[in-house]
This record gives sequence, C-alpha cells and structure tokens, in this order.
Amino acid sequence: MQIDNFWVIVLACGAATFFWRALGVLVTRRIDANGAFFRWVTCVSYAMVAGLIFRMIVMPESELASVSLPIRVGAVAIAFGAYFLFKRRLVAGVVAGGLSLSGLVAWLG
Amino acid sequence: MDADNPVKDPPELLAGNVAVMRKALVDSLSLPAFILLFTMMGFGSLARSAGFGAEMAAVASLLIWGLPGQLAMVELTRTGQGLMAIVLACSLANARFLPMVVSFMPTLARKRASFPRMLLDAQLLSINSWAMCMREFPQVAAGWRHRYYVTFASSILLAAVVGTLLGYHIAVLLPLTLVLGLIFVSPLFFALVLSAVPGRAQRMSMLLGCATIPLSHFFWPAVDLLVTGLVGGSLGFVLGNYLDKRARRDHANR
Repeated sequence: MQIDNFWVIVLACGAATFFWRALGVLVTRRIDANGAFFRWVTCVSYAMVAGLIFRMIVMPESELASVSLPIRVGAVAIAFGAYFLFKRRLVAGVVAGGLSLSGLVAWLG
Repeated sequence: MDADNPVKDPPELLAGNVAVMRKALVDSLSLPAFILLFTMMGFGSLARSAGFGAEMAAVASLLIWGLPGQLAMVELTRTGQGLMAIVLACSLANARFLPMVVSFMPTLARKRASFPRMLLDAQLLSINSWAMCMREFPQVAAGWRHRYYVTFASSILLAAVVGTLLGYHIAVLLPLTLVLGLIFVSPLFFALVLSAVPGRAQRMSMLLGCATIPLSHFFWPAVDLLVTGLVGGSLGFVLGNYLDKRARRDHANR
C-alpha cells in the first residue's frame, strides 16, 4: 500500500508513539511508586537506555560505523577522563570526546 | 500553578520559581539544547530526502518526539514501504517510552495531577529529559521537580523543532570528520549523564543492559532493546536487591 499523503504517515507515527506514553500513564496511575513492580520497571528502563547508548557507540548503524572501534572507545575514555578532571562538568566531557573523535579520525584516517 | 504539591523539603534543596527555571534553562542551554539542535538537523535533512514537507518534518519531531522512531519512519518511507510497516517500525523503535514513562512519572512527585495533564507530561518526555531529571532531581525540592522538568523538556523540544527546520532548509556542508564528532556527542552525553545516577539496582541494570545488547541485537535485531531491557533489567533488579540486602545485613552486623 503506497501512501500519497505523507501527513498520514506523520500523524499515524505520532499516534503510534503516543500509544506507549499513554499506556505508561495508565500503568503508573495503578501502581505503588514504592513497590517492587515500580522498581523493576525502573531497572528495565535503565537497561534499555544503557543498551541503546552502548549500541550507538559500539555497534553504530549511523555514519559512525565508518570510524574504527578503538577510536570510538578511545574517545569515550578521553571524554570520561575530562569529565572527572573538570569536576563532573558534562560540557567538558562531551567537548573533549567529540573533538578527540574528530581529531583521531583526521589523524589516523 | 504547577507547584501544586508543596512538600516540606530540607532547605538546601533547590526551590522557587526563578531558581528552578533558571537551573532548568542553564542545564538545557549548557549542552542538551544544542545536541538536540544538531541531531534534529540531521533528521530534517533526511526527512527532506525521503520526500516529506518541511512542516511535516517539524510536526514529526513535535508529535513523535523520539529520534529512533522518527528515523525508522523516514527510512522506511524512503524505501517505499507500506503504511502498516512504517507505523509498526516507528512504534517498536519508540516502545521504550512505556517503561520510561512508568519509571518517570512518580519521580515528579505530583499528588493531584489529572489524567490529561499526565498525558501531556508523558508526551513531553524524551530520553534527554528522562536522563537529566534522574540525575538532577535529587537536588531539586519535590514540589518543584515538575516545574524543572517542564521548563527543561519544553526548551529542548523547541530546539529540536528549530533544528529540524534548519536541517531541512539549509544543506549544511561540514567536513566529514566534524560531522562524525557531532553524531558521537549524543550517545556520549547520555553515557556521562547516566554515570552519575545513584542506586545499586539501577547501576547493575545499566551494566547488564550493555552486556546483553550485543547478543539480543544479533538474534532479534527488531526488538533488541526490549529483550535487553527485560533480561538486563530483571537481572539487575534481582542482583541489586540482593546486594542491597547484603549491604544492610553487613551494616547491621557491624
């Protein structure tokens, strides 16, 4: 089925994402925020988000795939080094990591 | 007013309209707003190449408000898939919002929020706000967390929509090495933000999420994050509780 009006796609995708958000609200209204179920769901969220980040850095499907793994991991290490060196300033870590990735790519190819 | 839940807090916690909104804006403008601007510029230019209109791309960022789902939509549309396939892929790519909303809403500490307002709060949520709030909320008085969240989330949503339109209209020709650095910034930012999240079970779950994603991605690429969340999160939950119990026992024996 080919679609002529792309607005249909945009609105349907918006609704499909909102479905999960609304479902989340429905669940959250029915659970105890101090209970085991809430703590379990929180753990599931953390595992998903960490997995997403790990996938983006270690197994990227973006243009980052053209950068070798040692360079990507090295830049992460540099970012964490700068982050802790500059009293946990996020900007320091992100700028150091981004620049070192660009630099290492330019230098090592 | 959103400060509808005046809970008594220790005085060292951040409170008050001006102070909380200033912190939210400073936290946003010191990095996340720019990360959103740049990544959504990438989405804008992809949306254009797939045949979407500029206002469609902007509305997609506003309504879907989750990059993995937006990218799935654009990619499958570009390759001429049917509507059901596109919507299903977008929905699956954004299914993480279910556990994220469930784990996030109670941390806002609002006791008397109506259902429509909770839906609005859930619509504003993105991985950036989720991670940032989990990190910053311990420093914000409970009654002011909602104000912090709404200010922070709206500001990065605005940056995202502006970025989408910029990327759509301006073909940015940056050197490839710089583009790579910019793409890299987004996951790096989340990694740094989440490294400061407290709690044994949370930390265990994150470690196990990283450990399980290569396998789940290999065997079930379409639902890899769901599998990783369920397996890694459940193991992290059990292990974290066990370690907590042991720590309490050791403490009691001392």
